[in-house]
Amino acid sequence: MKDADPRSKGKGQELHHDAPVVDLSAEVAGIRLKNPVMPASGCFSYGREMARWYDLSRLGAIVVKGTTLEAMPGNPPPRVAETPAGMLNAIGLQNPGVDRVIAEELPALRPYGVPVIVNVAGSTVEEYVEVARRLAASPDVAALELNISCPNVRCGGMHFGTDPAMAAEVTSAVKAVSRHPVFVKLSPNVTDVVALARAVERAGADGLSMINTLVGMRIDPERRRPVLANGFGGLSGPAVKPVALRMVYEVSQAVRLPVIGMGGIAGGEDAVEFLMAGASAVAVGTANFMNPTACVDIIEELTDWCRRHGVRAVRELIGAAWRAK
Amino acid sequence: MRRVRVRVVDQHSVARNVCRLWIEAESPVSWTPGQFFHIRVGEGTEHVLRRPISLCEAADDRRFALVYRVIGAGTRWLADRRPGEPLDVLGPLGKGFPLHSGDRRALLVGGGVGVPPLVQLARELRRQGTAVISVVGFREAADVMLVEELAARGQVRVVTEDGSAGTRGRVTDALTNDVVDGADRFYACGPTPMLRALQERLGRRMPGYVSLEERMGCGIGVCMGCAHLCRTPDGGTAYRRVCTDGPVFPVEEVVFS
Ligand SMILES: Cc1cc2nc3c(=O)[nH]c(=O)nc-3n(C[C@H](O)[C@H](O)[C@H](O)COP(=O)(O)OP(=O)(O)OC[C@H]3O[C@@H](n4cnc5c(N)ncnc54)[C@H](O)[C@@H]3O)c2cc1C
Ligand SMILES: Cc1cc2nc3c(=O)[nH]c(=O)nc-3n(C[C@H](O)[C@H](O)[C@H](O)COP(=O)(O)O)c2cc1C
Ligand code: FES
Repeated sequence: MKDADPRSKGKGQELHHDAPVVDLSAEVAGIRLKNPVMPASGCFSYGREMARWYDLSRLGAIVVKGTTLEAMPGNPPPRVAETPAGMLNAIGLQNPGVDRVIAEELPALRPYGVPVIVNVAGSTVEEYVEVARRLAASPDVAALELNISCPNVRCGGMHFGTDPAMAAEVTSAVKAVSRHPVFVKLSPNVTDVVALARAVERAGADGLSMINTLVGMRIDPERRRPVLANGFGGLSGPAVKPVALRMVYEVSQAVRLPVIGMGGIAGGEDAVEFLMAGASAVAVGTANFMNPTACVDIIEELTDWCRRHGVRAVRELIGAAWRAK
Repeated sequence: MRRVRVRVVDQHSVARNVCRLWIEAESPVSWTPGQFFHIRVGEGTEHVLRRPISLCEAADDRRFALVYRVIGAGTRWLADRRPGEPLDVLGPLGKGFPLHSGDRRALLVGGGVGVPPLVQLARELRRQGTAVISVVGFREAADVMLVEELAARGQVRVVTEDGSAGTRGRVTDALTNDVVDGADRFYACGPTPMLRALQERLGRRMPGYVSLEERMGCGIGVCMGCAHLCRTPDGGTAYRRVCTDGPVFPVEEVVFS
């Protein structure tokens, strides 16, 4: 059996060998990326399985699953449900705990030579700080992404992400122990996302990731019960794209921090829209489930889009849709 | 593991609301009975999740039959595919039924749409010289399917809940001593209550495998969406992935809550 889909290799180059080269390089918080496309946390595990579908060195960066201090068992099933053009998930941050991630998972990504961003989750400030402290000693980490917006663990995560004061507190506490750039992943489940973004900027964040999932639910009319065992779950996929775009557009103009944009990206043109809204890079989540090669397909589609539109460097697209321009 | 370009070769109804879909892959793929295909359904981004359907029969390394019940939007879309049309399919995925060449007799137990994966399993067992006896249960006569296919490889007992075909009752009622005695191993696929009953009834008498069903996200091991509680070697429990650690698990490892 073959490991990777042959069609995902070098298609763009073959079709356009005399076309101008597009400069795909990007930079977020001082980290250089060969292209602006990375998988979103939780939609890529720790990379091992995806390595069977394509060469991971083609990615701009790798963002791994939400990692906690102790191993987390996760929520009872059902954990996922389909919704129109989207899905709900209530995984409950199932992960083997930071020590095993450092010892077993991160070293396996070394051969790809791609910056690795570790998504960090916890239920107390002390827990975030301890995870960050342990990751600071790992040679395999390029940046942290603080998940202060997970809707799926009780008393964990999201209350940090909906209160600007708490978001700032956890950000500065982690900054104090981390030697890596710290991205803060914002929740869309707030009335004023700009206030949160400003609070974590003041607290010393190096970048923002947005958006996490929107809290939602489905009900099974036959059973008269919620479909997910957890009741609520996080909505993702193309259905959330307009909300995500609006938030990236607002926040990227209100702060100086670089933004990794995500929420419903399923094709190259979706990535273009996020860059134009002000994102410096993009992450792809749910689309990996539609199609395991989604990330590398999007890199190719983005390249093709730039060629067709005479764009020499993807950086030129960042913020192209801002009002002031 | 790969994405395969497949074409629909044939599609017919085999029972009430159940279709048999024959697909042909562009190039050969390796497979084992009990594995599944993860099928993209619908147009555009309307359905973001693929649908898992088990391999029912393999004519060779390119032609496979899938037998599925039409229950919702995805399977309705699949039922409308006509010969010649392309399908976007991942697979075969997951860990199928392990074969043990020393077995003299195997007991296959299936309920409803859990019966399809047993068909190719029965063939592989016969091929290695293991005798097969199958016990299959359905709601009523209109739902009965794949009995001929199983009968070509061994004895079959049919059970229906209302007695409109075969004997009346549930599959566990048909597990009489003459069926169970002498079996070296059992293989089962079907609804959770059936699997739980089999774990109690057969789990202590012989080794066995069960094929589990959970809602799936990715199907390829990256989202943790398809978790099912299992026992760990240290005596604890942990959620394991039906899509990559399974769908087939040794019966003693599975926890039915
Ligand atoms: C490993 C595995 C093998 C399977 N093999 C077969 C088979 O050979 N024949 C067959 O008839 N059915 C099989 N199923 C069940 C089949 O996947 C569902 O019936 C099908 O996904 C329903 O899709 P739908 O869009 O028609 O229904 P909808 O109810 O509209 O589906 C909505 C969502 O729920 C999921 N879903 C619904 N029912 C199930 C279910 N029972 N199990 C898992 N997910 C479900 C769908 O995949 C989809 O994501 C299998 C399931 C698994 C996990
Ligand atoms: C199954 C699943 C698991 C996720 N797990 C995490 C996680 O562990 N940490 C996190 O910050 N975000 C997690 N997310 C959110 C995604 O990273 C992303 O922010 C969100 O899904 C929106 O992007 P998308 O529409 O491209 O999926 C998860 C999303 C899904 C669908
Ligand atoms: S369905 Fe994603 S891990 Fe099994």
